[in-house]
Amino acid sequence: MANKPAWRRAWPPAAALLLFLALWQAACAAFRIDPWTLPSPYDIALQMGEDAPLIGYHLAGTLGLAMSGVGLGLAAGVILAVALHLLPAVRSVVSPFVVASQNVPLIALGPLLMIWFGFGLTPKLILLTLVGFFPVAWSLLAGLGRAEPQLREYLAMIGASKWETLRRLEFPASLPYLFSGLKITVTYSVTTACVAEWLGASRGIGYYLVLKFKGFQIDAVFGAVICIVTLCLGLYGLAAWLERIAIYWRRAGKAGERG
Amino acid sequence: MSAETPYRLELIGISKSYARDGKPFQVLDNVSIRVREGEFVTLLGPSGSGKSTLFRLTGGVELPDAGEVRIGGKPATGERGLIGYMPQQASLFPWMTVAGNIAAALEIAGVPRREALASAKEWLARIGLDAVAGEHPGVLSGGMQQRVSFLRALLMPRDVMCLDEPFAALDALTRTEMQQWLLRQWEERRRSVLFVTHSIEEALTLSDRIYVLSAAPARVLREIAVPFERPRRADVWMDPQFAELKRDILGLLRRGDSDAV
Ligand SMILES: Nc1ncnc2c1ncn2[C@@H]1O[C@H](COP(=O)(O)OP(=O)(O)OP(=O)(O)O)[C@@H](O)[C@H]1O
Ligand SMILES: [Mg+2]
Repeated sequence: MANKPAWRRAWPPAAALLLFLALWQAACAAFRIDPWTLPSPYDIALQMGEDAPLIGYHLAGTLGLAMSGVGLGLAAGVILAVALHLLPAVRSVVSPFVVASQNVPLIALGPLLMIWFGFGLTPKLILLTLVGFFPVAWSLLAGLGRAEPQLREYLAMIGASKWETLRRLEFPASLPYLFSGLKITVTYSVTTACVAEWLGASRGIGYYLVLKFKGFQIDAVFGAVICIVTLCLGLYGLAAWLERIAIYWRRAGKAGERG
Repeated sequence: MSAETPYRLELIGISKSYARDGKPFQVLDNVSIRVREGEFVTLLGPSGSGKSTLFRLTGGVELPDAGEVRIGGKPATGERGLIGYMPQQASLFPWMTVAGNIAAALEIAGVPRREALASAKEWLARIGLDAVAGEHPGVLSGGMQQRVSFLRALLMPRDVMCLDEPFAALDALTRTEMQQWLLRQWEERRRSVLFVTHSIEEALTLSDRIYVLSAAPARVLREIAVPFERPRRADVWMDPQFAELKRDILGLLRRGDSDAV
């Protein structure tokens, strides 16, 4: 399965997508659907082609913001997970607050941050960090505690310190967990960046989206959505690719399991 | 092994209980074991008799209820980082190379990184594994992994090596081969070894002395000095005395009771 060439794995979803677009196009023509209600894929493509330079400019802005958010979220998530792992007493105190922080709606948090920190970059980065750290921190924290007991026992027997155990065993063993958190953070970051731009910005695909909505350019709105989804998929793919590189030993076969 | 050779490891009057269903369950009952400098001592006992527990106490991972651990003549009860250890499973880290695995353990023991890596590579070459020094352990066979694991324990700059049923997971053929290999390696270097096994033949083939343990709660049923000369012949098992000792130990384990009290 995993050894099939990329194009053989890619064609079934690609064919499904094409079929979906064809049906959409046909439905728009057959039922004469008003383009202000639901534009046809062809209309959307035309509009995107026309607006390409502008979309490119805004997309680059969103990408930059989202990547800064991923960087900050990843750093905050790793630091928090390691700290809570090494200090279990703090963990039980802090955990409820961390979980609660994830339940504050973005549409409340965003405007509040704007009030506190103005309209610059700061509130946006704070928003992105708040959204981005959680998946990384929580899956990494789970992973750090789940390293193989045999290897843990071995390190204890030879007198490894807490730090050595973290460095040599727990951290490498929890990389798969870190990456599943990162993949979620990456996609959240793009949508959060759009929300932040929607709240107040002069650049970014979120800003573009609001502008087109206000101008009733529904085909452009669809175009923006397509760009956002594509950006999410692209960043997700990048994270998956990094994961394969970072966890190189998975490809070398299953080690440590044989006697 | 003369009577003046100093003890490297002493377990004196060790008792240990675990809680099981809320009730105390005694695993070790006043067990005393001593290993002299350069001596190969084996613990032979039925499954569940507390041999691994004894190792965890030696390694300082757990504390005894009563008794004392002394390593290199100094009190070491509950102190970690004083032994080299070879566990039942090879327990190699899949994200490190073979040489990296050995070097990491040496580094934890305080050897500088460069030196650790150089000595890992040198010794891998000596046991004919230089070709896989840069590979990840996942590509090694079970027997090769055990050799690496043994080398890792051997190179630790520690007074005592503790080997916990290192060959239990191997097939019979590989196991015999590994015993001979271990014997050659050890006879060259003569480290103080505490070895755990289920196998009477393995114990008689390798050891200078054997402690036979009873089923839980474990007591020392008998201490046996193995009379065969060093370096040990590969075919000691053909010696009539070998069969006799084997029969003795088997009977001892069957009765599960001490005749030495
Ligand atoms: N942490 C623990 N808590 C409770 N009971 C334990 C614990 N560790 C070991 N035991 C019990 O102590 C007894 C001895 O276990 P141990 O692993 O030392 O046996 P062993 O002689 O090494 O057996 P084997 O030869 O099968 O490896 C067993 O009955 C086991 O269930
Ligand atoms: Mg055991």
